[in-house]
Amino acid sequence: MALLEFEGVDAFYGRIQALRKVSISVEKGEVVALIGSNGAGKTTTLRTISGLMHPTNGTVMFDGRDITHTRPSRIVELGISQSPEGRRLFPRMSVVDNLFMGAYSRNDRPGIASDMERVFTLFPRLLERRTQIAGTLSGGEQQMLAMGRALMARPKVMMLDEPSLGLAPILIETIFSIVREINSQGTTVLLVEQNAHKALEVANRAYVLETGVIAQQGTGRDLLASEEVQKAYLGM
Amino acid sequence: MSLTDYGFYILCATAIVLLATQAFTNPKDFFQVTIFGLADGAIYALVALGYTMVYGIIELINFAHGDVFTLGAYIGAAILAFFAGANEGSFVVVNVIALLLVFPIVMLIMGGINITIERIAYRPLRNAPRLAPLITAIGMSFVLEGIMFMWHGAPTVHFPDLLPHGPGFQTTIGGVFFGFKDVFVVVAAAILVSLLAVFINGSKLGKAMRATAQDRDAAQLMGIDINRTIAATFFIGAVLAGAGGMIWGLYFNTIYYNLGFRTGLVAFTAAVFGGIGNIPGAAIGGLIIGLVAAYSDGYIGSKWTEVVIFGILIGVLVFRPTGLLGMRVPEK
Ligand SMILES: Nc1ncnc2c1ncn2[C@@H]1O[C@H](COP(=O)(O)OP(=O)(O)OP(=O)(O)O)[C@@H](O)[C@H]1O
Ligand SMILES: [Mg+2]
Repeated sequence: MALLEFEGVDAFYGRIQALRKVSISVEKGEVVALIGSNGAGKTTTLRTISGLMHPTNGTVMFDGRDITHTRPSRIVELGISQSPEGRRLFPRMSVVDNLFMGAYSRNDRPGIASDMERVFTLFPRLLERRTQIAGTLSGGEQQMLAMGRALMARPKVMMLDEPSLGLAPILIETIFSIVREINSQGTTVLLVEQNAHKALEVANRAYVLETGVIAQQGTGRDLLASEEVQKAYLGM
Repeated sequence: MSLTDYGFYILCATAIVLLATQAFTNPKDFFQVTIFGLADGAIYALVALGYTMVYGIIELINFAHGDVFTLGAYIGAAILAFFAGANEGSFVVVNVIALLLVFPIVMLIMGGINITIERIAYRPLRNAPRLAPLITAIGMSFVLEGIMFMWHGAPTVHFPDLLPHGPGFQTTIGGVFFGFKDVFVVVAAAILVSLLAVFINGSKLGKAMRATAQDRDAAQLMGIDINRTIAATFFIGAVLAGAGGMIWGLYFNTIYYNLGFRTGLVAFTAAVFGGIGNIPGAAIGGLIIGLVAAYSDGYIGSKWTEVVIFGILIGVLVFRPTGLLGMRVPEK
């Protein structure tokens, strides 16, 4: 069984249905990408996995456990963290305090300290800015902090919602190479992206979501080569 | 700077110049009034903190908060009645022990009551339109006042006079009188506010409360149980209000069932003045509003004081809704 199993999920905002029978699975060690245009339901999928909202139908399984109706704080403890859309940092807290909040579910002080070191190694920029108030960081720095904060939970699965949004091309390269690095260090990654090209390059496998329905799936390479995907998402 | 900013600064500057003139022409009266203002302001600060913390975390103006303050005084009076008697107004060991014992008890009881209020009256409405919990809070205010009314009726209630006063516990410096009570109020409030600051900035739960206030969904994604942090906020707000009620009782020795209505509105004004949601702002705002009230009592006439205070409330809401300190960092 896959590490994360999102099975036949329907999700609603009031009477608006955002997900229809969506099934996604993520194996241990993979990078899985979820692409699709605006309003397709990508963020809704991540919010449902994190327990911020619950499906009306379908199940979410993680590590052999049913987490369909589990509360968000417990889901983080079980090992799923998220760097949400729009970064959602704590704007009036320092960089270090934001990182500490990322480790809120843990109590192993030495482990937290060594993970903080690791985040600073991945993002040396954050080390320089560690006492700065998060709300005053640049967009790129905020994205690094959001990723670092999600890493501080020492997750089994890390979910990233549009980490490249609004960043300069050179910074996008950096972000994606860090995603690779995080993955190679053993963290499974579920990546939501508008930047389909980059996402499909890093991903082992990918799903294409269209207005709440999974339209296609396959390996990153297959989807990069697929005509429909090229037309719709790669602008070719 | 906009026109309204200039208006705000001109008003502040005028008030300060007028007060400075008084301070030079009649320093004795001025400092006497200042001492009264500081003592009242310290109590307003304790109450204002609860308003600002609750608003900061769930954007609710908790209209029942002033009554939580009064209920703290009522419960404190009831427990202290066991210790009081011939020893009122003097300095004896039993009074010290009583206060050291009863302060934490009342604070914990009020914390527990406020958690219960949040659980039954506000939490079920957390995702309802904002007006719903607001109206519930007004209702809760009537409920608490009703309980105190049924308990002791409309007349004022005596609060045991356990702080020493009279010769030996008062002094005049340069013609300005102050007693042990004045010092006690300010020191007690300062200790409580410092403890709050240490807790909010230093402890894990305190930081989680700040995180929840800044972004509730993001806080949940960190693994923070927001039901717990919101409950903790109500608990701490009531702990401070309960202590404030005790301090008020010890200072004035008279309490009544709807004391919280006016005190609550004044403290709310202080919270708005300091920037609603801003914790240091509420503490400073409380002191300033206490001083303003005292200067108004002293120089304009006490019947005008409410006009002055609520004029400030309206003025701040119209001209400077982010309060005196404003928000130092943009939200996003
Ligand atoms: N809070 C909400 N209330 C009502 N409808 C919502 C809400 N959030 C999202 N939706 C709707 O649900 C659908 C899916 O939204 P979602 O945010 O999951 O899309 P997305 O794929 O993340 O889009 P984007 O790439 O623009 O971030 C959209 O039609 C959106 O309008
Ligand atoms: Mg989205």
